[in-house]
Amino acid sequence: MVLCLVDDDPVSLEALTFARRFGEVDALVFGDVDVGGYVSRARRIVHERLDEYAPLAWAQAIVELEPELVVAPGTDRGHEVLAHVAARLGAALAANVVEAAIEGDVLNLTRQRWGGSLLEEARLRGSPKLLSVAPHVVEAEPAGLETTVEDFTPALGDEHFRVRVARREEPEAGTVRLDTARVVVGGGRGVGSKEGFDVLEELANLLGGAVGGSRVVTNLGWRPHSDQVGQTGARIAPDLYIACGVSGAIQHIVGCKGAKRILVINKDRNAPIVARADWAVIGDLHEIVPAIVAELRSNGS
Amino acid sequence: MNVLVCVKRVPETGARITLTSDAQAIDTTLLGFTISPHEECAVEEALRIVEQHGGSTTVLTLGPAAAIEQLQNAMAMGIGEAVLLETDGSDWNAESTAAAIADAVRTRACDLLLFGNEAADTGDYQVGVRVAHALGLPCTTGIKGISIAGGTLTARREAGGGWEIFELPLPAVVSVKEGINLPRYASIQGRLRAKKATIERIAPEPLASALETVRLAVPPEQETHVEILRSGAEAARVLRDLGLV
Repeated sequence: MVLCLVDDDPVSLEALTFARRFGEVDALVFGDVDVGGYVSRARRIVHERLDEYAPLAWAQAIVELEPELVVAPGTDRGHEVLAHVAARLGAALAANVVEAAIEGDVLNLTRQRWGGSLLEEARLRGSPKLLSVAPHVVEAEPAGLETTVEDFTPALGDEHFRVRVARREEPEAGTVRLDTARVVVGGGRGVGSKEGFDVLEELANLLGGAVGGSRVVTNLGWRPHSDQVGQTGARIAPDLYIACGVSGAIQHIVGCKGAKRILVINKDRNAPIVARADWAVIGDLHEIVPAIVAELRSNGS
Repeated sequence: MNVLVCVKRVPETGARITLTSDAQAIDTTLLGFTISPHEECAVEEALRIVEQHGGSTTVLTLGPAAAIEQLQNAMAMGIGEAVLLETDGSDWNAESTAAAIADAVRTRACDLLLFGNEAADTGDYQVGVRVAHALGLPCTTGIKGISIAGGTLTARREAGGGWEIFELPLPAVVSVKEGINLPRYASIQGRLRAKKATIERIAPEPLASALETVRLAVPPEQETHVEILRSGAEAARVLRDLGLV
């Protein structure tokens, strides 16, 4: 059986889409997620004690189904649950896979290292085979399948609830999530100061987007770390990424290469990010971004 | 409170990674080395926890003799003791790394084992969890906030724009992410002390893994055709044409 872990993170649907290359896939669904059309069979986890995320309990549900291959989204939860399964069963785990094909008993795969700035070709043997799918390498796409949903209640004991989410702090109302935003306005060292981000905020608000920053910017304290786009921050996949005063270090590029289009505003025509852009305005962002805002305002009202 | 923090020596890559001619490793001839970023924050967190609650700190790494540089960097920041699990410098798989770490810390009285969420180079996302299983300890990963009170560790993880909060009894294993703190700079006195400190050396043996590397590859550059716009007004028109306004 090929099993794919699904939770409320949208990257789960990308993982499901990826998993279909292995043939028939069973979705193992935690929480209220619609996988209609993606797979022919979904097992919805139903358990009176599983009202919150509990990694060992999720891992137990997978182990109980005795799959030969488990696919999970390359997210905090996906990696954590697969690592528990791997440790319990003494199996290998390939994280952030971008390509994979079965050849007899072997899974030939390509996975990301260095956050995606390096690729590793590898062979995965043994059973079960465990892999996570790197975020934003495939587009989530239903396959027009008729999906039967069954309830599945794993046998869980106290030991599976040793670690669980005790409570949750919801985001402030009106916050646009960086990882799922349609538009991200990002700033780098060129923004110059904490206050320099005010105009980027204004542009993001006008476009219903989120503000992000490079690692330099979060290390300098101009933005909170949760705004970081890059290898040690968020992987974004907006329709448009507007990069202002960002040079485009490799660690930043791997965080934003899921963007469909990139508009760069930068003083330096030779900055590496310009080569990645669809459009670029060469000049001072402190003049150009306010000009964009003014133009959008004047025609918008 | 005895805190042990595991770090990894990784190359400081520049704008573009270059591989050795057999494509089995990064060509590090011209590169310096550093502690992987999440783990540098784990070192800082260990120091802060012990400054607040008292106790001892130990840094451990698995790597070649040259990784003493990273152990000394952690000691220069203030870590008390260091352990080197010495290898020939080849990449160890996650199973072997976790088994060697578990063996080395099993006999130590640790209240908290800190890891980075994933090593910058291999990005395997699993060593901390495997060590926790080997030692029978509770664990949590991807953590960007830790507080400790009365034998319970409270850990915060970003989730869906908000936070999910875990409570774990100590002893426990926690892997952290950059952003949990801003690591301090080493002092001159710290550096001098680190140079003189004794480092415990252990030589573990690697295990086979069902995941075997064939070769490394640098992904092809995805250069796009850039259209240069002359003004903010032109950029605004692009935003309009994309239907964003």
